[in-house]
Amino acid sequence: MQALYAQLLVGLINGSFYALLSLGLAVIFGMLNIINFAHGALYMMGAFVAYFLLNLFGINYWWALLISPLVVGIFGMILERTMLKWLTGLDHLYGLLLTFGLALIIQGVFQNYFGSSGLPYSIPDQLRGGMNLGFMFLPIYRGWVVVFSLVVCLATWFLIERTRLGAYLRAATENPTLVRAFGINVPRMITLTYGLGVGLAALAGVLSAPINQVRPLMGADLIIVVFAVVVIGGMGSIMGSIITGFALGVIEGLTKYFYPEASNTVVFVLMVLVLLVKPTGLTGRAA
Amino acid sequence: MTAMTDDTLPITPRAMRDEMIVFGLMAVLLAIVPFTGIYPFFVMQALCFALVACAFNLLIGYGGLLSFGHAMFLGTAGYCSAHALKVWNLPPELGIVVGTAAAFALAIVTGYVSIRRQGIYFSMITLALSQLLYFIYLQAPFTHGEDGIQGIPQGRLFGVFDLSQPTILYYVVLAGFLGAFLLIYRTINSPFGEVLKSIRENEQRAISLGYKTDQYKWLAFILSGTLAGFAGALKVFVAQNASLTDVHWTMSGEIVLMTLVGGLGTIFGPVVGAFVIIAMQQYLAGFGQWVTVIQGVIFVACVLLFRRGIIGEVAHYFKRSL
Repeated sequence: MQALYAQLLVGLINGSFYALLSLGLAVIFGMLNIINFAHGALYMMGAFVAYFLLNLFGINYWWALLISPLVVGIFGMILERTMLKWLTGLDHLYGLLLTFGLALIIQGVFQNYFGSSGLPYSIPDQLRGGMNLGFMFLPIYRGWVVVFSLVVCLATWFLIERTRLGAYLRAATENPTLVRAFGINVPRMITLTYGLGVGLAALAGVLSAPINQVRPLMGADLIIVVFAVVVIGGMGSIMGSIITGFALGVIEGLTKYFYPEASNTVVFVLMVLVLLVKPTGLTGRAA
Repeated sequence: MTAMTDDTLPITPRAMRDEMIVFGLMAVLLAIVPFTGIYPFFVMQALCFALVACAFNLLIGYGGLLSFGHAMFLGTAGYCSAHALKVWNLPPELGIVVGTAAAFALAIVTGYVSIRRQGIYFSMITLALSQLLYFIYLQAPFTHGEDGIQGIPQGRLFGVFDLSQPTILYYVVLAGFLGAFLLIYRTINSPFGEVLKSIRENEQRAISLGYKTDQYKWLAFILSGTLAGFAGALKVFVAQNASLTDVHWTMSGEIVLMTLVGGLGTIFGPVVGAFVIIAMQQYLAGFGQWVTVIQGVIFVACVLLFRRGIIGEVAHYFKRSL
């Protein structure tokens, strides 16, 4: 049973990353109509920024949680302003191709300087150790990742679904021209949205740094799984992305326990099944 | 959906004549390669990728479907052909049939799943499916995991042509490429191809005209996947190995890149693009990971500045369709 709970926890952690990343993808897709292929690369950058902050400037994990998403978010906004914005009105696929190119560039540059092996990033002192819950041993850091991700996800949901800013954002998703006519600076909102989505990816990167090590290709395979998560959940609903992300993480964790050979592929297999049964995805609007 | 090419009108006799002239030129140029001292291995490799890119282009350029998983057909056909040749000791022609048939079967299944969603979702689904296959091949015993299948015997095609002779192999690969190319060309200009183009331009309208667009897309997907598989089977004789590289998503990305560089939706673009990218990889091999960075830069440059691609720009300049 210990092993089962341990795998469930791993599943919840992976689920946190899926949720944070697919949430960012959904927010970006809503405003920019672009599937951000560079999302995995920016997640990796988030982890690297935390690594640099610690090793070059001695800035600790807690500050990195704030600074890294900001730095990567600003980097993302520069990308949006200089490149992505020229794609407005073109076919969706150009956005995918452009961001795929950006992912190759970012990952390639990091691979050149850091190879393919992992750099260690240690768990902050306050989150070391573990708790004995009676039925299992819970490493505090892992519990923290799950709880903190959940809080961030819900906060993002609240921001978009329940605040005035979020209302503008949802309105601009539906009809940008009309929202502009009301005097709202939609291009700036688009830039900020991209920054927000990318910042969430970077945050996930910082959270994963102590668990998965910091590697140039840490986001490359992850993003493909997240794409499958997005296909399963659909990008129409914020809450849908969060729930699907966590649920698939847990299912993956269970698979690791019951049938480890399939743990790499279970998300993809589920995607196929969902497509066969309900082609529009679980939360359902047609693309 | 924004039009990617200008060739929405039915093909004119003049355009047909131009294309046949260019095709003839291409065939002659490729046929004299063995007499020029150019390294035939390089050209053979480029021809295989050119064929994959042409097959990919059939979907994106004429059906508006961006597959980010075409490596799965290349790799699957490669593994199955390699296994048939090495373990079952089948003759080359049957090895090619086994590989192509495997890609055909795979395309039926993956096509059925992926055409259920449109646009960007289609791309994500094909990518996820190819990643699924990647993990399966990583674990399946017959692929030998990281090592791949190596030292594949080339044998004698139809018991006559000795494929271990580079010149003979070259002409066999060239014949395969030209035959498949003509098949794609014929498909594009058939009534079926016209319906595909109409789906690319406006799927809703095509549906309202009574076309079962899903069936057209599925058929196009199967044809594209099978031809990509055929290229993968030919490649086994050139490279004499089958490895995980050919199923990885980076390979799918390269196929996309080749087509983009040459020109999406142009007939000859993917061929030119494949030669450019393969040549680039050869010359820049010493630069390690910078090749990836350069590929990324080319992607970005093509999308931002150069959306028509090489052949697309040439065709636009001469106001012809190529």
